[in-house]
Amino acid sequence: MGAGHGHRLHFHGHSVVHRAPAHLKILLLLGFVLTVVATPREWYPVFGGYLALLLGVVLLARVPLTYLLPRMVVEVPFLLFAALMPFVAEGPRVALPLGGWEVSVSESGLMAAWGLAVKGTLGVLASLTLAATTEPTDVLRGLQRLRLPDLLVQIMGFMIRYLDVVTSDLGRMLTAMRSRGVDPRSPRHWPALARTLGALFVRSYERGERVHLAMLSRGYDGRLPGDAR
Amino acid sequence: MTPVLEIRDLAFAYPDGHQALFGVDLHVHQGERVALLGPNGAGKTTLVLHLNGILSGETGHGDGSVAVSGLPVTKKNLLEIRRRVGVVFQDPDDQLFMGSVRADVAFGPANLGLKGAALEKRVLDALDRVGMADFADRPPHHLSFGQRRRVAVATVLAMEPEILVLDEPSSNLDPASRRELADILRDLDVTLLMVTHDLPYALELCPRAVVLSDGRVVADGRTYDALTDEALMRAHRLELPWGFDPRTIAVDSLPR
Repeated sequence: MGAGHGHRLHFHGHSVVHRAPAHLKILLLLGFVLTVVATPREWYPVFGGYLALLLGVVLLARVPLTYLLPRMVVEVPFLLFAALMPFVAEGPRVALPLGGWEVSVSESGLMAAWGLAVKGTLGVLASLTLAATTEPTDVLRGLQRLRLPDLLVQIMGFMIRYLDVVTSDLGRMLTAMRSRGVDPRSPRHWPALARTLGALFVRSYERGERVHLAMLSRGYDGRLPGDAR
Repeated sequence: MTPVLEIRDLAFAYPDGHQALFGVDLHVHQGERVALLGPNGAGKTTLVLHLNGILSGETGHGDGSVAVSGLPVTKKNLLEIRRRVGVVFQDPDDQLFMGSVRADVAFGPANLGLKGAALEKRVLDALDRVGMADFADRPPHHLSFGQRRRVAVATVLAMEPEILVLDEPSSNLDPASRRELADILRDLDVTLLMVTHDLPYALELCPRAVVLSDGRVVADGRTYDALTDEALMRAHRLELPWGFDPRTIAVDSLPR
């Protein structure tokens, strides 16, 4: 519970991209992602252009790629799904040379996999770039300036604030499980893990009630005061 | 003179039927520092939640009245009551819910309608009083536990309360943070009600102690007298830490 450690996604810096107003960056990200998603997947060179544009922004922000790439693991489940598609999809099949072997895969599945992988990767990289160059509180302020309903902004704010608290709650519960000879990773002990997660939910819910009490005690009336942000 | 806090014949039962308070009477005058002592389950927290109207006869089955500087605690007066009574809860993670220390301390006064430079000044003054002004732009969850407890005190001080209510201020603090907080609390010029199990802390900071047991006030007098009354202590599950004897403390080092 010491002091220090910044947000895991934010990369401290003072570049043009870091200093740009948050609401502008959010709009650009949204525009970029929508454009990428709407681009027909057969336009291969265009995706190269998108990637070059994105890498240009990353370069301008002076965020090292070695910082962004490891954080792209969130995308792995989608990539696995994409890799499966050529094998399970129907339709005309093509032979694909794969390290001396000829593998017969579905042509439409292959296209779908390509589309999913390239659009997903571009989207994740763009989002990580926003996260790396913008403090979470600035993202919230940006969303607010974009007139996102206040309630949603409040909920996201609390999520950012309490993520570390809840994660460390979970960490302590897992340590306690291990200390009593239960390995949370072993499927044999998944029932115990499930009960722990249930307990974590109840704990967090009760914390929510206590936080609400503390807010009421300081005159909260349903709206976060604008000046306090 | 109107007491800052006037509790009359306060009784309360939770909606599930559990009766927590049976007719509590308590007056606290301006500038007093009072320790509220009692074993677990004595009703201390229930009493604290009545002071700013979180609980009242309207939410459960209750009787009696609470008034702060003459203003009765009722739904109609809640906002003003919550300005006058500053409650610091036990877990600072419950109290600090905004993204930065500055925003958190500003939350209360901004709810009271303060804006701009006046708000900024109020926030920095409050942080200064607990020695945390250098941390204004840090997110609360990046502070140490002792620092978070101090910021929690500042969030309440920023509302300029007439009475500061602390729930277990010394719990979970290491000895150095515990002493630093004591130094801060001693220097605050504010009426104080401190709920605690830490009897040496009560003796160090509060000249007066009120003992609550089973929802009743069973003693109200000098803290020194309560802690040296062995029959009273034993009857209400109060125990001094091993090796601590109030009688060995020089009389002129006790708070007045």
